[in-house]
Amino acid sequence: MKKFFKIILIIFFSLGFLFQKVYSAEKQKLLKVDWSFKGYFGKFDRASLQRGYQVYNEVCASCHSMKYLSYRNLAEKGGPEFSKEEAKAIAANFEVTDGPNDDGEMFTRPAKLSDKFVNPYQNDKEAAASNGGAYPPDMSVLVKARSGGANYIYSVLLGYEDPPSGVTLDDGVYYNKYMYGNNIKMPKVLEDDLVVYNDGTVASEEQMAKDVVTFLAWAAEPHLEARHRIGFKAIIYLIILSFLAYFSMKRLWSRIESKI
Amino acid sequence: MSDNYVPSSKLGKWFNDRLPLLSLSAHLREYPTPKNLNYWWTFGGILTFCLITQIITGIVLAMHYVAHADLAFDSVEHIMRDVNYGWLIRYVHANGASMFFLAVYIHIFRALYYGSYKEPREVIWIIGMIIYLLMMMTAFMGYVLPWGQMSFWGATVITNLFSAIPLFGESITNWLWGGYAVDNPTLTRFFSLHYLLPFLILGLVILHIWALHVPGNNNPIGIDLKKPSKDTVPFHPYIVIKDIFALLLFLLVFAFFVFYSPNVLGHSDNYIEANPLVTPAHIVPEWYLLPFYAILRSVPDKLLGVVAMFASIFILVILPWLDTSKVRSAIFRPIYKQFYWILVLDVLVLGYMGAMPAEGLYLLIARVATAYYFIHFLIILPLLGNKEKTLPIPLSITEPVLGGAPKTSMVKKDKLN
Amino acid sequence: MSEKKKPKERRDFLFTASYAMGAVGVAAAVWPLVDQMNPDSSVKALASTEVDISSLEPGKSITVLWRGKPVFIKRRTQEEIAEARAVNIGDLKHPEKDEDRAKNPEWLVMLGICTHLGCVPLGDKGEYNGWFCPCHGSHYDTSGRIRKGPAPTNLEVPKYEFVNSNTIKIG
Repeated sequence: MKKFFKIILIIFFSLGFLFQKVYSAEKQKLLKVDWSFKGYFGKFDRASLQRGYQVYNEVCASCHSMKYLSYRNLAEKGGPEFSKEEAKAIAANFEVTDGPNDDGEMFTRPAKLSDKFVNPYQNDKEAAASNGGAYPPDMSVLVKARSGGANYIYSVLLGYEDPPSGVTLDDGVYYNKYMYGNNIKMPKVLEDDLVVYNDGTVASEEQMAKDVVTFLAWAAEPHLEARHRIGFKAIIYLIILSFLAYFSMKRLWSRIESKI
Repeated sequence: MSDNYVPSSKLGKWFNDRLPLLSLSAHLREYPTPKNLNYWWTFGGILTFCLITQIITGIVLAMHYVAHADLAFDSVEHIMRDVNYGWLIRYVHANGASMFFLAVYIHIFRALYYGSYKEPREVIWIIGMIIYLLMMMTAFMGYVLPWGQMSFWGATVITNLFSAIPLFGESITNWLWGGYAVDNPTLTRFFSLHYLLPFLILGLVILHIWALHVPGNNNPIGIDLKKPSKDTVPFHPYIVIKDIFALLLFLLVFAFFVFYSPNVLGHSDNYIEANPLVTPAHIVPEWYLLPFYAILRSVPDKLLGVVAMFASIFILVILPWLDTSKVRSAIFRPIYKQFYWILVLDVLVLGYMGAMPAEGLYLLIARVATAYYFIHFLIILPLLGNKEKTLPIPLSITEPVLGGAPKTSMVKKDKLN
Repeated sequence: MSEKKKPKERRDFLFTASYAMGAVGVAAAVWPLVDQMNPDSSVKALASTEVDISSLEPGKSITVLWRGKPVFIKRRTQEEIAEARAVNIGDLKHPEKDEDRAKNPEWLVMLGICTHLGCVPLGDKGEYNGWFCPCHGSHYDTSGRIRKGPAPTNLEVPKYEFVNSNTIKIG
């Protein structure tokens, strides 16, 4: 048994080493934030999520869609947890196209909780055309779609620098320390006090980046809190049952081993 | 055994005479199993559990998934966000594939160490290899279904392997795709096959177990046992409880991945919807296919690379005839034991190289490792069988070794605990 | 013998505890597999529909889709209302007052699903000038109440409200 577990451990460490090597092969060390949603009991910081939505809505949403989110999600458990009325009020600020009505025509109406987040552009082509040919990626699962996840996006938001000497950039291209290839078509957007937080938090660049990335992390993994909660229970349960099974096994096998 | 089993109740007897399910159940309970099986033998049960878990979660996912190039990605997000417990079921299914392969690799390497593929168990081994091949196909097609970037480009790269076939290559790839590139027809047929193959695997698993129950289990010291005897225990409850205990430990690892690192075994690019115009920077298959991917890339010729990759799997099928040694367990084969561990290391190295870019030193190491892989099976094993001086083998599990007493400690060590 | 009895009891406890614990785990694992077939959160979110009724003439009805089911909205004429109200409640199979079914007597809102086996009844048909289900011959009156045939209950009235004089919100 000892040998068995020794070998299992060795295999695990070597596999773990392999993954770490493969998946952390980033050239630039990312900025690290002590995210509240990491770890076994990680939860989202509600206030940060609400502020993050504000930053998304006032800053990012003019270019980036979030097509998998609905306004109802803003009021759901484990998310920013706006009240239902607040979420309704947020939704009502947006116009969605509905229809066709009985005359066969499309019409617009204020958005409802059941509607998806309104896309800033008609389609991807328009999005690309309006942004110098670079399609601003949908941000619904962005945190899961980038290796480095939340830290990577946080780093990119804060990674704008003047290009080092010798590097010339085309028009509409910016230098970013953390972006792959260092060239990014998104201009630096965050400036101190770009938004005014309702809760009085100082809207520093870092604060806004942190809040919006928290919001994006939730958007990519809306059931993270439930996952951590259920996971903890499942693992405690498995440990208890393993002990019971182990002692049951010992007892059953004692009938045999005494005869050896 | 249970051939002369008679149910105690009248109704039971009536039914059993017409369909001997009760006899089968009695056989499975009483099945004499070597009592010295160690924990490496619990992976058969674990694999059965994995297969059933994958089938159940897969059927559930298919209730919500839409196999269409325009909708597949959206429907996966719908599962992750809206479907009740959809995130849990999908993460169990996705990580379940990795767990399945982790278990199957341990199962295969256990067979290699203890010589379980040798006479009279060749058919069990061959069925096992067919199962393994079908598992790889199923896993590959399953990875295509979310229709992310890795799905699309993985499918493109793997199906392009067939274009290496002379003369018919292009016709075959077009036939596989149902078009001139991976597209909606490819997705729908992959979905259909991904749903079908697991049931084929299930059927083969039943044959695998049937074939196992004819000669009975191999065991750590690899000797033939009289059955039933004091060397064996009934499968139920002794082996059942041990398998359950091992399964629970396995589930702890499984649960850790599902609940706390559900995406580390996948690739982040697969959360980007498939785009036929942009290839990701590094196309990496899932970790369990990496060793074969390394073999494929280490051969500079396209056709020969494909041939080498398929040969590396096929070579395992004929392994019972490549290994000429009559002694099964590596415990009594001191030299084979060393080569065995070199092979394990070699496969791990291949896996690592499969994840690295195919250039420079990486490529060189991958080539050496590929060469060694074939040398192990084609040269070392056939020669070793004749040359190796094996250690004395005990006559039974319970009785000490005749004439070779010092080695009993080795036998003991592999017993339970 | 008494020495042997003690470990047996303990063993029984250990095995019982293991079985019980195992059963709890199986049940907990089965629940998500069952619950996934329940309406998901996007379906639940579509619980209400708003209908514009401004162009509906007396005596006419429209059918709208709500939660995947047809809803009849009928603007009743004075005769139809009078007919519905004149009925003796005691004669009904499923006694309900018309006043309870139509908050605003002019407007009748109900699910267009026969309470027998779920077909959609036809309007302005049947022996009671209301609705008639062609599947198995159930007759409903001008208040949507079952009068004749196999259906057990009246056509169901969903939760609805008048948002303003031109709009009804169902659900």
